[in-house]
Amino acid sequence: MATGNKTRDTLWTLIAAPTIWAVHFALSYGSVAYGCAPNENVFADIGGFRIFVGGLTVVALVGIGFIFARALGEWRGNGGRMPHDEDTAAVRERFLEFSTVLLAGLSFIAVIYTALPVALMADCR
Amino acid sequence: MIFVCAGFAGCTSPQSALDPAGTEAETVATLFWVMLVGAILIWLAVIGLSVFATRIRPKAYGETAGLRLIVWGGCVFPVVVLTALLVWGLQMMPPMRAEANGPTIAVSGERFWWRVAYGVEGEPGVSKTLPEGGTPSANEIWLPAGQRTELLLGSPDVIHSLWVPSIAGKMDAIPGRVNRLVVEPTKPGVYNGVCAEFCGDAHAQMALRVVVVPADEYEAYVARQGAPASVETGNAGFRAFMQNGCDACHAVRGTGAAGEVGPDLTHLASRRTIAAATLPMSRDNLAEFIGFTHRVKPGVQMPSYGMLAEEEIAAIAGWLETLQ
Repeated sequence: MATGNKTRDTLWTLIAAPTIWAVHFALSYGSVAYGCAPNENVFADIGGFRIFVGGLTVVALVGIGFIFARALGEWRGNGGRMPHDEDTAAVRERFLEFSTVLLAGLSFIAVIYTALPVALMADCR
Repeated sequence: MIFVCAGFAGCTSPQSALDPAGTEAETVATLFWVMLVGAILIWLAVIGLSVFATRIRPKAYGETAGLRLIVWGGCVFPVVVLTALLVWGLQMMPPMRAEANGPTIAVSGERFWWRVAYGVEGEPGVSKTLPEGGTPSANEIWLPAGQRTELLLGSPDVIHSLWVPSIAGKMDAIPGRVNRLVVEPTKPGVYNGVCAEFCGDAHAQMALRVVVVPADEYEAYVARQGAPASVETGNAGFRAFMQNGCDACHAVRGTGAAGEVGPDLTHLASRRTIAAATLPMSRDNLAEFIGFTHRVKPGVQMPSYGMLAEEEIAAIAGWLETLQ
């Protein structure tokens, strides 16, 4: 349930963070695969693509961080407690907020893991 | 304890990833041992916690304690451990793919043996076919110790995978694409390699020997392999070899036999094994393979020559044994 300036949580807000993770994953792997595709010199530096993935990672982490903070703040504002097992709109809202917090946390770590290879490898090896 | 000791006996062998003789195998073995010790510690902690909660201090634990266990034991700890392993594993990868500074050897996975060509010139990028030329051999790869040798892997028809556990990880040999595997053996010796991708009937009999020697010995070996056969061609063995059409598939350089379907036999007897490391090299085993080819190696493309007289098979085997 939306109260005041709070967001009304739905399945769309729930999947926002994993969607950012998925887009970040596809663009990271797609761009580096494109950069390495000719494969004529696997030792050549791919600095441009690493900067692109780095920038993309910062944007993704900021986005997921925002979703995490928003959902956590609203969950706490709505009582911030478990369990979420009542058949009411308020509990459903709290449940979606808490699920969003967990998924945002997972997506945050996953985005870092996706970006780590280009952080540690300078070429196409 | 007896079973554990018996198990450890298998760790040291010419075909063990736990007894490394190459830089890549050493890295993989280190990773394995660290993860094994880590897994044992985690197992002990989990079992210890279970014993503590059910035997030493059995009581009803509060929700806060349970939540703490989930957050620290189920979230924070795995994330920290996995991140450390990921960073450690990733920084291991570039050195394993470091540029070769030694020879280039083409290795083609055939059904069901390994075609080897020393001293080929690789092309930059991803090639579709293995380079032509080089010094031909089969089923035994010699490598110079302490040098990074580039193996170019290909196949004319089905997918194979070259794996010499003591030296490096495996790499597929795929039709229509040349894969590169750079290996750096560190200890001279004889190691076993296998085909690690199911490729057909005789997949299990598609092995090879890898012989690691000092660099100067390697050069001398390749020079010997490049020379034509120094062998008598006026005897019954050679006549039987030619009359029965063995030369249609096998080359013995310097004798007129120039087939390219099967393994090059020019220096066959200098190899340690026959039939892709299926049998040790000996006159009797050569005769057995010629006469009972499909019993020794089911599914192999060479037809069985059991219809030949025993004396004729013995003569061919005797002649092949002189191909040093």
